Amino acid sequence: MTDQRSQAEIVRNSLKHRYRKERRFRLYGILAIFIALASLFTLFADIISKGYTGFVKTTITLDVTLDSEMMYLDDPTDEDQRSMADFVAPIIAALQEQVPEANSAGEKRELGRFLGTFAASEVRDLLIKNPDLLNTTQTIEFPAHDRVSVYVKHADNPRYSIQLSEQQQRWVDELLEKGVIDTSFNDVLFSRGDSREPANAGVLGAIVGSLLTMLVTLAISFPMGIAAAVYLEEFAPQNKLTDFIEVNINNLAAVPSIIFGLLGLAVFINLFGMPRSVPVVGGLVLSLMTLPTIIISSRAAIKSVPPSVREAAEGVGASKMQVVLHHVVPLAMPGMLTGSIIGMAQALGETAPLLLIGMVAFIVDVPDGFFSSATVLPVQVYLWASSSEQGFVELASAAIMVLLTFMISMNALAIWLRKRLERRW
Amino acid sequence: MNTMNPGISAEASTKDEVVADKKPEDTVIEEGKTVGKPFSEDPKFKLRNVDVSYGADRAIKNISLDIGRNEVIAFIGPSGCGKSTFLRCLNRMNDSIDICRIKGSLELDDQNIYDPKRDVVELRARVGMVFQKPNPFPKSIYDNVAYGPRIHGLANRKSDLDDIVENSLRKAGLWNEAKDRLDATATGMSGGQQQRLCIARAIAVSPEVILMDEPCSALDPIATARVEELIAEMSESYTIVIVTHSMQQAARVSHRTAYFHLGHLVEVNETDKVFTSPEHQLTESYITGRFG
Repeated sequence: MTDQRSQAEIVRNSLKHRYRKERRFRLYGILAIFIALASLFTLFADIISKGYTGFVKTTITLDVTLDSEMMYLDDPTDEDQRSMADFVAPIIAALQEQVPEANSAGEKRELGRFLGTFAASEVRDLLIKNPDLLNTTQTIEFPAHDRVSVYVKHADNPRYSIQLSEQQQRWVDELLEKGVIDTSFNDVLFSRGDSREPANAGVLGAIVGSLLTMLVTLAISFPMGIAAAVYLEEFAPQNKLTDFIEVNINNLAAVPSIIFGLLGLAVFINLFGMPRSVPVVGGLVLSLMTLPTIIISSRAAIKSVPPSVREAAEGVGASKMQVVLHHVVPLAMPGMLTGSIIGMAQALGETAPLLLIGMVAFIVDVPDGFFSSATVLPVQVYLWASSSEQGFVELASAAIMVLLTFMISMNALAIWLRKRLERRW
Repeated sequence: MNTMNPGISAEASTKDEVVADKKPEDTVIEEGKTVGKPFSEDPKFKLRNVDVSYGADRAIKNISLDIGRNEVIAFIGPSGCGKSTFLRCLNRMNDSIDICRIKGSLELDDQNIYDPKRDVVELRARVGMVFQKPNPFPKSIYDNVAYGPRIHGLANRKSDLDDIVENSLRKAGLWNEAKDRLDATATGMSGGQQQRLCIARAIAVSPEVILMDEPCSALDPIATARVEELIAEMSESYTIVIVTHSMQQAARVSHRTAYFHLGHLVEVNETDKVFTSPEHQLTESYITGRFG
């Protein structure tokens, strides 16, 4: 009796201890998740709070009188005349109308600095398209120069240095009040390629470059990865060679990505003579990098198909091929797709190997094919983040957000596909 | 495999006779010697001196047996005695196991099963199999039954295929339950229904032999009774080989019973004879529940 009671007591005491341990263990878990979520949240909050201004552009809207005398231009269709013409003069005149106190030549020049480099070509392009507009007054929206933009958006932010004189700042304030200078959604960001000037730079070139590169990567690594996985898992004989291949695929997954870039440079560009900085070479290099990931995850997916399904199919007389194609691959497909999409998302964010094959070049045009020079989103971020103009910093943040949006949607697609295709057995 | 009687190998060479006063575990079995009636007048399967090994492990030791046409034969024996391994040799399900080696002569209708030129697909179309755990494909009920006929090209038209599916489901006693939900996924059915579906799937390719590897071990008594009824009905048109752990089941459904012990085929005889007056001491010990 006493024995029994003491035993129950021992158990009860140890229970308390166990509960405490369990609670502590659970707390560690919650803490880990909390820290992970908090850092993720901080990261997003930081990027968004610093980068949202990248989605805002500063414009100067002016009623420009396209005076032929002022521009020394009688016939906008004549190329010789155009090359001699002064397209800036009417814009500065229009600006000066808004800022009457700027009278001297020096002050007018200062006003001219408000305009982006491409203001003149905007007027020229307009006249080439519609020569009839000569000597009329048109309302034209010009991108403001980076220093005006920085002042408008970040006047109170100590991290930005304002490169406008006191006088210029006063003028900008005045123009802001009149609504001549205004901010709006940065549609330029999504409609142009890179540029030397932040006001004209966009990520469209990089987005198209990324898409083309990813298409090449997908077209190569997905079928090859799945074929390799199916062969290794289902058909390959169990021997030393297979083991050797297996070990090396696992090793490849751990190779730093820049090595793949070197390989691409040495093999695809130097040996095969393919052009530099084109999506095809980028895609090839990224497929090499993605293949091991796809093979490993596909093999895991194939392994997880229950043997009972295989046996069932063999039992009714399906051949090896039919077992694989009718049963194993369809059941493993969700896992294979998830692995592939995660591999592709990794490839989408990859910079280092692409630097080596020249996709880091400054490319203004939006690429129009697999063999035209291109850059990709993460490289664009890298380029902008290391630029000297202040405007590029916020553009880099905006590009990061675009990149993250792509990644999150790819991962969401992976989850959706898995849920959709998952079948129970 | 030898955990039950560590002494057997040492004594095997000296003693041939069954020693009555020893524990049944210590009984020495002479290799290749089977008491009872292992052979049949009209054999479907003619199996002689079959030896199966997994690497260094000998799972089947020199077994000779005939399985008669339209006979229901039950394989019984303690776990690990090789009855499932032997069953799976009959339609070459062991082919996919690399380390498995099979020696001896195995013939189905006087044709060598293990002839290298023989197509295993054709063999399995003739020798169907039902597994321990119900394993329907994660597809619709219809597709489960239609899969075999489809891959073998047994039906040219949709209506032919429909007929095969209906007939198979009727034979498996599942038609009334399933006819209204042929498009429903098979994995949503109960365990017993799933197993009957697997039987329907096996008979859909009109095999001559059906191998059943403990078909009722995952089923409740009612579902088991239905499957047993089904086996009795099917015995009119098929040769059935059933591995079971339940001696009652063997007694209920089979014409002959084969008792396996540690890779040996110890005794084969008419079922009622095996269960009422077993000839071998090991058989008697097993059916009276002294081990197993």
